[in-house]
Amino acid sequence: MKTKEIAIIGAGPAGLSCAVEAAKAGAKVTLLDENLKPGGQLFKQIHKFFGSREHQAGTRGFRIGEQLLKETEKLGVEVLLNAAVYGIYENKTLAYIKDGKDYALQAERIVIAAGASENALSFPGCTLPGVMGAGAAQTMINVHRVLPGKKILMVGSGNVGLIVSYQLMQAGADVVALIEAAPQIGGYGVHAAKIRRAGVPVYVSTTIKEVIGEEAVERVVITSLDEKWQPVPGTERTLEADTVCLAVGLSPLTELAWMAGCEFTFIPPLGGHVPIHDENMETTLPGIYVAGDITGVEEASSAMEEGRLAGVASAESLGYYDEETAKALKDEIWQRLNSLRTGPFGEGRFKAKIRQLQARRQLA
Amino acid sequence: MRIKHHPILDDDTRKCNVSIIVDGKKIPAIEGEPIAAALLAAGIRKFRETPKYHKPRGIFCAIGRCTDCVMIVDGIPNVRTCVTPVRDGMIVQTQKGLGEWGEKS
Amino acid sequence: MMEKKGVLYQGFPSMEELEKSPGVPSKDRIRKGPVACIECVQEIPCNPCEEACPYGAIKVGKPITNLPVLDQDKCIGCGNCIAACPGLAIFVVNGAREKAQISFPYEYHPLPKRGDTVDCVDRSGKVVTSGRVLRVVKAPNYDHTAVITVEVDQAYIDVVRSIKRLEGSDDE
Repeated sequence: MKTKEIAIIGAGPAGLSCAVEAAKAGAKVTLLDENLKPGGQLFKQIHKFFGSREHQAGTRGFRIGEQLLKETEKLGVEVLLNAAVYGIYENKTLAYIKDGKDYALQAERIVIAAGASENALSFPGCTLPGVMGAGAAQTMINVHRVLPGKKILMVGSGNVGLIVSYQLMQAGADVVALIEAAPQIGGYGVHAAKIRRAGVPVYVSTTIKEVIGEEAVERVVITSLDEKWQPVPGTERTLEADTVCLAVGLSPLTELAWMAGCEFTFIPPLGGHVPIHDENMETTLPGIYVAGDITGVEEASSAMEEGRLAGVASAESLGYYDEETAKALKDEIWQRLNSLRTGPFGEGRFKAKIRQLQARRQLA
Repeated sequence: MRIKHHPILDDDTRKCNVSIIVDGKKIPAIEGEPIAAALLAAGIRKFRETPKYHKPRGIFCAIGRCTDCVMIVDGIPNVRTCVTPVRDGMIVQTQKGLGEWGEKS
Repeated sequence: MMEKKGVLYQGFPSMEELEKSPGVPSKDRIRKGPVACIECVQEIPCNPCEEACPYGAIKVGKPITNLPVLDQDKCIGCGNCIAACPGLAIFVVNGAREKAQISFPYEYHPLPKRGDTVDCVDRSGKVVTSGRVLRVVKAPNYDHTAVITVEVDQAYIDVVRSIKRLEGSDDE
């Protein structure tokens, strides 16, 4: 069985950034991803990112992804694609299936950067063809260049719902409405303003009652909610639509961390059960790190910074950086991370991440 | 429907250079794209029927995790069409229920 | 049910929120000539507008969640900031001529052409007037964000912020 220095599971923004940092330090890095192409969700982000210059603000997400990919190539990172890691066993052994064959490899350090998956929503008609995740629609339009439908109802006003609505219109579809069950819009006002300007009505305190169709979505029935989030009888409206996109949150993909034996804590703002980690992104299992949405659902920019942290920390633990150099690098990354977790949108995540770090300290 | 012109991603210059056979009908496809993309481009949204109530199903997650999009491909059932690339002459069938392992028809 | 006003409920800033924003110029200044109008009313970590301005007329500072502050005397309305804003929330308005001129970011296909008559919309997407396209600028460093300038009646200078999307052409 092969032994690797640092094995990173997941080649999304966190995994790629981790690979670059660890390889820069001199470590030998193996990056595994179950998909045929690396980049995770990053290559679907065709909008310009926020943040500061260090965060690559103003650059479209997929261009940042292209840069990261070039760097991993330049640094000689070993990239195994179509390689689905299905288990982490004793002595940091991981098992994966690649191109239909079964393999195992052992690593001195493992970084799990498996990301998060979209939540589903139950309602009559939710299984009809045409009901899909917002991310699914985004994949179809931005990666495969195919429209999954022409008249879309978007469910959820977080940044995913707002951004994907905009991207669906850029792809040539019409968004008949965006509905949000809460009494206010969850994502950035500037994202919402773009879709309002394009004529998309946004209905807060509104949810789906049912979706109607024989072989696929034909019509949707929406209803208003009262202050107790209960449907108000008589407020049903029917809209013509052929597609319903669900943007109702993400949940960290934590199976590998559970299986390996990492300790977890329950933090709803981060998406539910999340692995406990310290300031080095190390879990309760020495030598196993986590980075990105698996540690809590945030955004691509935070995923990249957490990936960098895990890259520096894992390389440091292998002796590639002395304590002083590593601390300087990590402090810089923490400063940038903290600046992302500010303001009315970021504060909640900042507090949630503090709880996660405190959970680690309580176990020490 | 294929997106030819895009304000950010520029024009799609790929050509439909292969074809797949879906329930006996020839559908154009672009080599390397997932089966589900070719089907959606052709306006096909129903990919299978559930075992008990024969309800129609199609894509849901589009990244190979939920298995809602599975069809019988070259005789093999339960193939995730959203992550399986097309091949010229590939035979794709609407899967009824759990599907059957069979000859390439 | 009365729709509450404000960006959290309607998805676009209310007139009150805009008046309170440090990025929005005064009516007097708008009448003098082209000036940026930064409709940024929520504190999010973001500052490319500050760097994009060649005249130092936009200040965000630290923390980068600060709302951008427009120095309307330094601003000459060059429009560099329009495509730089990831939120597409910056416009340039000019009330000095007979008709109002409004420049806005636009990321749809197809683009209108100079001289076209187009339906102009308010912040809620409602068509409020028709206007003439004066300029369509697509610079490489805008990275596919076109900046369109339309000419409308002065009455709409605080109202029009975009155009109704144009029908695509199906050339297969």
